[in-house]
Amino acid sequence: MRRFDLVIKLLVAAAIVLFAMPVAAQTVLYDKSRITCVSRQMSVPVEARFKRFSAQIAFDPAKPAAGKARLDIDLDSFDIDNAEVNDEVVGKQWFDARTYPKATFVSTAIKPLGSNRFEVRGPLTIKGRTHEVSAPFTYKEDGGTAVFDGAFPIKRLQYNIGEGVWKDTDTVADEVQIKFRIVVAALKPASKK
Amino acid sequence: MRPQESYTRTAIALHWLIFALIAAGFALGIYMVDLPFSPLKLKYFAWHKWLGITVFALVLARIGWRLMHRPPPDDAIIPPWQRSVARAMHVVLYALIVVIPLTGWLYSSAAGVPTVYLSVMRLPALLVKDFALAELLKSVHVILNYTLLVLVAFHSVAAWQHHFIARNNVLRRMLPWTHPRRGNNGNA
Repeated sequence: MRRFDLVIKLLVAAAIVLFAMPVAAQTVLYDKSRITCVSRQMSVPVEARFKRFSAQIAFDPAKPAAGKARLDIDLDSFDIDNAEVNDEVVGKQWFDARTYPKATFVSTAIKPLGSNRFEVRGPLTIKGRTHEVSAPFTYKEDGGTAVFDGAFPIKRLQYNIGEGVWKDTDTVADEVQIKFRIVVAALKPASKK
Repeated sequence: MRPQESYTRTAIALHWLIFALIAAGFALGIYMVDLPFSPLKLKYFAWHKWLGITVFALVLARIGWRLMHRPPPDDAIIPPWQRSVARAMHVVLYALIVVIPLTGWLYSSAAGVPTVYLSVMRLPALLVKDFALAELLKSVHVILNYTLLVLVAFHSVAAWQHHFIARNNVLRRMLPWTHPRRGNNGNA
């Protein structure tokens, strides 16, 4: 019986995922996509990467306002090339990734900024706190792929990232730059050059 | 007492300033590496790098100054073998004081962490990110530092020997607050 329940639940979940997806959702090429953040430690810019995230994107540059994007970032996949620092940042005072495993961004509006530039707005939730962010990005089609490239700043203390001794912004600056490069399969088939 | 019996005031100032900065950087380096990751640790690493870069700049100034201002001649009473050893020691000390900050800078570069001097001036990365190389450079940095520690110990013991046992001017001519002894070494 339990196994049967599980099968039903999985089928229902699959149906929800299938039908809830935007019609024009694009295939994200994760091996080519990157989400990184640049913090300043004692004025020294240090880049770290989120190795796992999921993105749902439906975007047509001809109709940007109809576009939609959702990003879910696994915070425990934070990697700054130093195991000790990784452990600290995933821990309670920073991301508290056990309690809040994901950072989530959901777009509410996308507007054109001219030529291939656009701006996406929406709530960003990290560690149980939500703030509105807006990120300018460029959209470029290249061969069979399309690339969304953008960056925006957040204030880490607004999200309570870095508690206790880490509240000191002289050591680690409040402002953190989030950079994204999301590569998707292009809407149109690749045209011959 | 002729002025050329002592080092110039600039040389004396640079010698002791560089010594103080190296001592501070060395002690900080040993202390900071075993600290748990904390804001203090980040601060100490930054200060350690700033000390190193300062020493690097000052030792280049000191070498430049020395090339333009001959050091005082050695006492005639000092045996030639001691002069040769002392000269070789000084060359190695200068070399280490130039190379050690450089290995730190190279290590930091290979580790992918830029150095921002005094939180103001971003120094260029000397190497691209390469963690295997960073580990190697870290070992080189540490080994050269302990080599420097041993050589500085010999250098000071030699200076004290000249001062307290041979009772000549060798140490005095590098001291900021005394003047060379008169006439007891046949060189005045």
